[in-house]
Parts: sequence; C-alpha cells; structure tokens
Amino acid sequence: MGEAIVITSGKGGVGKTTTTANIGTALALMEKKVCLIDTDIGLRNLDVIMGLENRIIYDIVDVVEGRCRLNQALIRDKRFDSLTLLPAAQTSDKSAVTTEGMKKIVAELKQEYDYIIIDCPAGIEQGFQNAIAGADRAIVVTNPEKSSVRDADRIIGLLEQEDMTEAPRLIINRIRNHMMQSGDIMEVDEIVQLLAIDLIGIVIDDEEVIKASNNGEPVALNPNPKASIAYRNIARRILGENVPLQSLEEEKGIFQRFKKFIGMRS
Amino acid sequence: MHEKKPIITIKGNREGLTLMIDDEVPFEEALVELKDKLQSTQQNKNEPLVSVKVQSGNRFVDEEKRDRLRVMIEEDNHFKVTAIETNVVHRDEALRWKEESGIKRTHRIIRSGQVLKVTGDLLLIGDVNPGGKVMATGNIYVLGNLFGIAHAGYKGDRNTFIAASYMKPTQLRIADYISRAPDYVADGVYMECGVIDDNEDKIIIDSLKLLSRKRNEISGFERRMQNG
Ligand SMILES: Nc1ncnc2c1ncn2[C@@H]1O[C@H](COP(=O)(O)OP(=O)(O)OP(=O)(O)O)[C@@H](O)[C@H]1O
Ligand SMILES: [Mg+2]
Repeated sequence: MGEAIVITSGKGGVGKTTTTANIGTALALMEKKVCLIDTDIGLRNLDVIMGLENRIIYDIVDVVEGRCRLNQALIRDKRFDSLTLLPAAQTSDKSAVTTEGMKKIVAELKQEYDYIIIDCPAGIEQGFQNAIAGADRAIVVTNPEKSSVRDADRIIGLLEQEDMTEAPRLIINRIRNHMMQSGDIMEVDEIVQLLAIDLIGIVIDDEEVIKASNNGEPVALNPNPKASIAYRNIARRILGENVPLQSLEEEKGIFQRFKKFIGMRS
Repeated sequence: MHEKKPIITIKGNREGLTLMIDDEVPFEEALVELKDKLQSTQQNKNEPLVSVKVQSGNRFVDEEKRDRLRVMIEEDNHFKVTAIETNVVHRDEALRWKEESGIKRTHRIIRSGQVLKVTGDLLLIGDVNPGGKVMATGNIYVLGNLFGIAHAGYKGDRNTFIAASYMKPTQLRIADYISRAPDYVADGVYMECGVIDDNEDKIIIDSLKLLSRKRNEISGFERRMQNG
C-alpha cells in the first residue's frame, strides 16, 4: 500500500510542479514505484517538465468521466519503467473532477505504487480541495518572500483541518544566498519559526533547474547541480533517511524597540 | 413584643440619600410605602439634584423593577438614582458574568486567514501569524509572537489591554481604537502590552509593568462587579 503526497503552496509560481517532477524522478532513481498526478486542470505543466507531452492520449478528466480506464491514461516515463504520469486535462471543464473522484483515483493508484505525488494548482479553490482530497500527507513549497510565506501559512492552516496522517512539511525553494545574507529576503530560520512546521528541504535558486525543465529532463537526473542534490536529499528524507540540512545560519540584527504606533480611531 | 420593621428606611449622608427597602414585603406593597415616604420628604428645587442609592437587600430586582423604582423616585421629585444595589444575582446573569470574565485558554497557532474570537479574556499559547486575528471581549494575553491583529474589548470595553511575549503586530485594536504598525521597518518588543492612554487618546505600547501601575483590577469579573 503506497503513500500519497500532495505538493502545494497557495501562491502560484513558487515551484510546485518543478518539485513534483524532481521528487518523483529522485524517488524513481531510488527504485521506487512512483505515479505523478497533475491536478492543475487547464494549465497543465508537469508533462512538459517531464518531457512527456507528446505521449498524452487520455487525461484525468477522461478517467473521471469514464472515457478510459485509469491504466490507459497513465503515461510511462522515458527513463524509468517505475515512473508514470497521470496528466491534467488541458481544455475540459474544471468542475469535472471532484474530491470523491480524486479519492477514488488515488486509492486505486496506492494499490500499485509506492508513492503518488500530486501536483496541486495555485490558490485555495476547488482545484486545491481536489488535490489534497486523497493525500496522506502534504509538502508545502514556499519561496523566501513574505507574500509566498503568508500564503503558505494560510495553506498550512487549511491542511491542519484535514485529517492527514502527518503534519505538513516545508520546502523553501529558490533561495538566493547573497540576498538572504543582505537581509533582502526572509531567512530560513525566520520562515521555519513563523510557519512552525518541519523543514524537509531547502533548494537554492539554480539556473540548471530552468534549463533542465525547458529540455523536459528534470534536474534531478543530472548528478551535479546543487538543486539536483537538494531534490534527491528531499526524496531520501521522504523515505525516512536522516540527511542533514545544509546550514544557512546568518547573524541576526540587534533588536530595537519601537513605540511609535500611529494612532487612529475607528 | 416584636417590633415591626419599617418597609422603607431613608438615611442621609454627604453623598446624598440611601434608601433601604425591606426585602420581606411584596414589591407592590413596598412601592406604595415608598411613594408615601417620598412625598413626605423635604425637597429644595433650587439645589442640585440629590443622588439616591437604593439598597434592596436580598430581593432580586430585574430590569422592570429597576425601571419602576427609578421612575417612582425620580419623577416629580428632586432626586437622581445613582445605583440600585441588591445582594441577589440571577443565575443567567451570573453565568453570563462568568462567561465574560473567564479566561479562555487555547493552545494553537493562529495562521493567516484564521480568526479566533472569544467572550471573556483570551490566553493564547502560541503565535498569531501575519494575516491572523484574535478577538476577545476582555483582555488578550499572547504567550508567543503577536504578528497579526489583536482586538481586545471588541464589544466596547476600553479598559482592556493586549499583552504579548513578543509584539510586532500589524494592528492593535482596543474597543473602538485602532493603531497600526509604523511604515518603516522596525523590530518588535518583548513582554509588552498595548493599552489605551487616556491622556493621549490613543493606544500606546509599553512595558508590562505599566499594567500593575495603571490597572489594579484587570480581571473582567471585578470590572463587572464594580460597574454593575
Ligand atoms: N530552484 C529553482 N531554481 C530556479 N528556478 C526555479 C526553481 N524552482 C522553480 N523554478 C522556476 O520557477 C518557475 C515556476 O516553477 P513551477 O512551474 O514549478 O511553479 P508552480 O508553483 O508549479 O507554478 P504554478 O502555480 O503556476 O503551477 C519555473 O520557470 C521554474 O523553472
Ligand atoms: Mg504548477
């Protein structure tokens, strides 16, 4: 019996799809049976990043609406036999998929696979509800920016109301070291303290990620880039291995007192 | 042998009159007697109104009875009722006081988009994250970081306050007062509280020591007992 993990963020463009593709690839590299589900209906991306777009015949809406069997819609990866993708629909009506439909698909896949990694759309609408419906646990992706962290916090609040087997875990993606040092973006510590959930990985901002995704070859396939190592470390932590985090500790500024609140009456 | 207790006793003192109503006779009987007593009092219409404190002993006086007493004492008289005291509290009222004066203790993080609203004082063990909001009819104590919005006395009690282990709120609100964080980047403060400063007519943030100096009765229950 496999485990379903949803990759979510609230805010768009922080790296959910990239994370899904790379964690999936890294787990496949470690000889796990993995199925990726793209739930971003109307804006499917995961197939492009995986370089599998040209193989799509059926999609998740076809499965839900009974036009094909689940197995027919699954696309086998070019590199790993143990890795498959259930693509999102590009054109169909968004409301076709329901939480019940998702739960059924995920439950069926869990019989076959070790891990089901679900790529969640941005936002907190129906698409989000569907993506988390069948998941046993969640990984929240954020960038080290206030707005992204704020949305992650909102999402964690919503996830905490679901009955998942574990508390959500956090990935901080696209870290730029020099900006963190100069205090222009939030520090890892600050983010983890605020969100108060366990960190499962940090990924630097790496051009190799963009290049790789553009070529339909997830960066995790390439042994050298830093981001690739980070994604593979995350996969190892998912498997329960104890891999130490790369430390990014910086010195904090001195606290100053503020009392100048600006008063007004409602 | 047994001397009959007077139904109405009126005593004068520096603050005005104290009017005691025997709690063993029926209310209607007491009113008749009261009317009599009031008519026989000397009243000088040229002087300021005389304040009257009513003591009704172990009699329960509901709103209707209060109104009737007030009307009878004030109408056609040179009196002003300042208080109607009774030893008896209705059970519902007592429960409401308890509800409003009790401390609601919660152990969680109030995340962005979440609102925690309580009647009475709030003791939150955990953070209020940016975008999160806590509200209480009484005081708010945050054993954690206050980054979001806190609204104490949201039903209008200006004597309430907000205390936090670490304060860097987006907004503080007390009753109908609002203050917001400054626009420049500033660090938060440890172990401080927000209260309404009557002189400055706005919310100020200061050391928790301020509370012991400014507010001797910080419990909502005591507030209720004193203000009725
Ligand atoms: N660690 C990284 N370093 C550099 N670029 C990255 C990294 N992670 C993601 N990106 C880039 O950021 C962009 C957005 O990533 P991605 O599509 O994975 O985000 P998303 O959260 O799935 O977005 P959406 O909300 O639109 O679905 C892409 O161009 C991707 O290549
Ligand atoms: Mg995406």
